[in-house]
Amino acid sequence: MSKTLQKKAASTSQSRLSQAVTPQSDVAHFGDDNPLVLDNGERLGSHTIAYQTYGTLNDDKSNVILVCHALTGDQHVASDNPVTGKSGWWTRMVGPGKPVDTDRFYVICVNVIGGCMGTTGPASQNPETGKPYGLEFPVITIGDMVRAQAQLLDHLGIASLFCVIGGSMGGMQVLEWAARYKERVFAAIPIACSARHTSQNIAFHEVGRQAVMADPDWCGGRYLEKGKNPHKGLAVARMAGHITYLSDEALQQKFGRNLQNRDAVTFGFDADFQVESYLRHQGMTFVERFDANSYLYMTRAMDYFDMAADHNGSLAEAFRDTETRFCVVSFTSDWLFPTEESRDIVQALNAVAANVSFVEIVSDKGHDAFLLDEPELNETISGFLGAAALKRGLVANRDGQA
Amino acid sequence: MDAPNKHTTTSRVDLLLIADMVDPGTRVIDVGCGDGMLLEILAETRDVDARGIELSQAGVNQCVARGLSVIQGDADSDLVNYPDDAFDFAILSQTIQATHRPRHVLEELLRIGKRVIVSFPNFGNWRIRGQILLRGRMPETSNLPHKWYDTPNIHFCTIKDFLALCDDVDAKVERSLALNAHGKRLSFSAPLFLQNLIGEQAVFLLTR
Repeated sequence: MSKTLQKKAASTSQSRLSQAVTPQSDVAHFGDDNPLVLDNGERLGSHTIAYQTYGTLNDDKSNVILVCHALTGDQHVASDNPVTGKSGWWTRMVGPGKPVDTDRFYVICVNVIGGCMGTTGPASQNPETGKPYGLEFPVITIGDMVRAQAQLLDHLGIASLFCVIGGSMGGMQVLEWAARYKERVFAAIPIACSARHTSQNIAFHEVGRQAVMADPDWCGGRYLEKGKNPHKGLAVARMAGHITYLSDEALQQKFGRNLQNRDAVTFGFDADFQVESYLRHQGMTFVERFDANSYLYMTRAMDYFDMAADHNGSLAEAFRDTETRFCVVSFTSDWLFPTEESRDIVQALNAVAANVSFVEIVSDKGHDAFLLDEPELNETISGFLGAAALKRGLVANRDGQA
Repeated sequence: MDAPNKHTTTSRVDLLLIADMVDPGTRVIDVGCGDGMLLEILAETRDVDARGIELSQAGVNQCVARGLSVIQGDADSDLVNYPDDAFDFAILSQTIQATHRPRHVLEELLRIGKRVIVSFPNFGNWRIRGQILLRGRMPETSNLPHKWYDTPNIHFCTIKDFLALCDDVDAKVERSLALNAHGKRLSFSAPLFLQNLIGEQAVFLLTR
């Protein structure tokens, strides 16, 4: 790494740490008298929830869309990320005139519990010890993330959501919302996700976690106290993870066997191939913005997700009596959450005669397609939200425009 | 299950007649909904909670982008997923002739829908009879333009055949009507043999 790059990385890391403690976001603090009851039986006493909002809440608070972020996402869905300085992670979908139209809807995005962008997580201070939680932070679940979001909405006085939308881990939260808070969710858009994490997905996550924990700088999870950062392990975890977000076809098209700034292979272990260089870059930039322990907790939460198991083995039971309108979306080249997984969700919804749309979009972009330029995804979300808004009576925004 | 662009070859009239049979504010499923035209008519005129199943994924995506609740699925295999009495009306418009197991599909519709509406091209129509009789060739009409070897329509029936199937599966015919080539309804008083001879399209409202 060059000197300037090192400097930049150091300052970004500094910014990462400060965002975890004092985020540039709205925050809600909950005291010991308002604990978060967790699926593992513990109670998380004093805790903070960081979130971003976009658009204007209408008078009867009926135009709220909750966006749920993915594994390594955050609440900065449509505004610049204070750590990286880059624009929000879903500006293609969320903003004025976009499918999730902030001229019309009031959009809330919450950093999940266990995250590292201001909501209480393993990098936050444990009030009992005065030190960062590290592995003393309780293992959280998708259900806990959703319960924390519900707690925030209660705090904000928002009783019901017009729509909950999210991809990947965000999609899992959407499903959990629709199952756990049926009466609070008018419409739900789970994208590129599954109602249960498969064995293969758990396996990939375990590789990532082992890479983090094998880094000596991880220090048994206490690296923050020791002024260290297991960036090598976390970078490897990200590299392995990133492969699963792409497709064979996309990698082949983008890189093929192209060499990186050289005419021939070096007979060494430098990044000869462009794809190697690309992955190393992905790993390196990731560690600057993400907390290693948070990565362990996020991946674990996904691993534990199994909605059918929570409902006597029947996924349909999770949705019984639902009146929510669903729009399930998958992508043809997504091998992390293949279409079959979405089809299982649709089948369960059919079994309770729920109102469901299901779109499989032809794409070569793999799992990450939901974050990328996919016009058909935008058209799907626009069409679905438009019809749902009509049903909800959200015909005009506050300026009287449709 | 479904001919591509089926509604471009179907008069909108028969869709309006189907919509007429649907009570407002009810829960409806359109099996083989094609481009979603019937769903759109139902949404506009009957204020129903309507959703569709369509075999072609491209068709599904277009429907959803237009705000219709549609999933990709196959009438032959996917109706089993729905619970009994899930819908007030289960509609099979211009689709039964393209299913592999019409009897099974009809039985499933009668199970998941309290009432069932089926429309289909009448193979007993005199033009079709005439083509086989006089030309000795498989019929081709403006409504049924496919060659025998590339048609999605593999289980044609006449109005009389369909009535026999209804009898077999214990379905009661609540209403039935036949349409002529211009989409005009034939007189109720016309005898069955005449409806079967002149009708180009048939629409049935069934109950268990």
